[in-house]
Amino acid sequence: MAVEGNSVALPQFLKKIELIKQGAEARVYRGSFLGKPTIVKERFPKLYRHPLLDEKLTHRRTVQEVRSILRCRKAGISAPVVYFVDYTSHCIFLEDIVGSITVRDHIASTPLSSAQKLPEERLDQLAKKMGQILAKMHDEDVVHGDLTTSNMLLKAGTESGETELVLIDFGLSYISALPEDKGVDMYVLEKAFLSTHPNTEALFEKLLKAYAASSKKSHAVIKKLDEVRLRGRKRSTVG
Amino acid sequence: MHTRPIAMTFFQCDQVFILFKKNVSHYNSPSPSNCLAVMTVVIGFEGSANKIGVGIVRDGEVLSNPRRTYITPPGQGFLPSETARHHRSVILTVLKEALEEAGLKPADIDCVAYTKGPGMGAPLVTVALVARTVAQLWGKPLLGVNHCIGHIEMGRLITQANNPTVLYVSGGNTQVIAYSERRYRIFGETIDIAVGNCLDRFARVIKISNDPSPGYNIEQMAKKGTQYVELPYTVKGMDVSFSGILSYIEEAAGKMLKCNQCTAEDLCFSLQETLFSMLVEITERAMAHCSSQEVLIVGGVGCNLRLQEMMGVMCKERGAKLFATDESFCIDNGAMIAQAGWEMFRSGQTTELSDSWITQRYRTDEVEVTWRD
Repeated sequence: MAVEGNSVALPQFLKKIELIKQGAEARVYRGSFLGKPTIVKERFPKLYRHPLLDEKLTHRRTVQEVRSILRCRKAGISAPVVYFVDYTSHCIFLEDIVGSITVRDHIASTPLSSAQKLPEERLDQLAKKMGQILAKMHDEDVVHGDLTTSNMLLKAGTESGETELVLIDFGLSYISALPEDKGVDMYVLEKAFLSTHPNTEALFEKLLKAYAASSKKSHAVIKKLDEVRLRGRKRSTVG
Repeated sequence: MHTRPIAMTFFQCDQVFILFKKNVSHYNSPSPSNCLAVMTVVIGFEGSANKIGVGIVRDGEVLSNPRRTYITPPGQGFLPSETARHHRSVILTVLKEALEEAGLKPADIDCVAYTKGPGMGAPLVTVALVARTVAQLWGKPLLGVNHCIGHIEMGRLITQANNPTVLYVSGGNTQVIAYSERRYRIFGETIDIAVGNCLDRFARVIKISNDPSPGYNIEQMAKKGTQYVELPYTVKGMDVSFSGILSYIEEAAGKMLKCNQCTAEDLCFSLQETLFSMLVEITERAMAHCSSQEVLIVGGVGCNLRLQEMMGVMCKERGAKLFATDESFCIDNGAMIAQAGWEMFRSGQTTELSDSWITQRYRTDEVEVTWRD
């Protein structure tokens, strides 16, 4: 837990290391902690929110992120190692997956790269892997809450081009066994996938196939996914 | 020239007769003098919900934009058949106002635009009927416009925003939209009810007035709220969900107000803070995703100054610019349909009479945006 000295030490530490991104949710830094390459995720206060709401949300998301990562890791699902958490400033110190790129960047750049296999085949393998890892996660009753291709990393692989997928950004995650929640999780991914990477419907289908094949509870989830897809459209839109 | 008996069964006979009589002399094919290459005048008819508006736009200038609102007593929402009845009773008056304010005659109009959807069935039909009738009477082409796109195009016109992330929030819609490759793509939206619907239904529960609109009255009450009451906060990726918050606050209102744990003003305040934080959050995520530096808020809920304030704070932190319009353009109006129609017409689109039906469901991304690259 946070000690008094940390209230000064942590901000000073953050000033010295490299800020790599300011996302919608948090500031992300890269540095070294206890001799290991580290990512520091700082959830800073959002001034537009009511302070009570902001504190509740920020704290809840920090806690949920850490819990979900640990739960995934215990089940053998790839997620970064958590080194340290400061609950006062809402900072999480995570393993830096060196040499990785987001799945988003990978898909965006694949047609241009000169691969031995056809680009579609390489992406098919990736879609299959994505389906499998998500199935494993949902079987652990972890609902990610913010599945996008920017929240999946591809670890630099070995000779055969085998790559390992790592899931990140568990801030909106929670534990749930309900097919409804898992269906919505896949719906969020589908929307993010198709809006970021146009004309990849077939690829996403392969992802869902792999998901259905790998998960024991997938049938109910896919059914819910179909329901959720229709829901937004069936609502009477007025005004 | 002959009158059209079909129309007369739906409207007060004398009103229609006067309209026909006045325009008899103009019922001819467009003469060369009407086809000024530079100026395009479009009239727009909007009535998908409880607002009925007719507006005229000429090359980016709003010449007139009268509107009427069907207001129900406190505690009641508006039903399709009654709303349609209201629209029928005033639409011809509003049409006359629009022409008079603009100082134009039907011959000066180049195109008749109307709301094809989405919205409530009966009101949409009522308005479409009038649009079809006048288009045929005046001999002008018709254009069926998507209501959401009407909001976006009017927002773009008024604010001159370049390529913003659009937050479209109203009683019937809640979407985060960004333009990409000839479509207004929906990046985030509500997976159940619209934010305005949530506010309107809460207003009914605590029986506040619907005049001028329930949302406006909630906003005024919220200003007097002091205690923040914790409510569910449901953001799912880039989407939001409001039905859970609504059921929670409906129940909480009953319990808490009875025990004097808080005031109705406190609930209004807390509801706004929660709902608007969710909207700002999904907008921010879409902006981060698209690397956008502009936000445009459109739709009736966009009138809310607290929402604009919160969005402004978020934009400032990111170095982005916020664009918003006032209530004459935020709230459903005819000119926005005219403006979208103007864009569509100029890019070569028209709607055949046989295609001039209406639809309650009409996704924003279904429309091919032929007027932008």
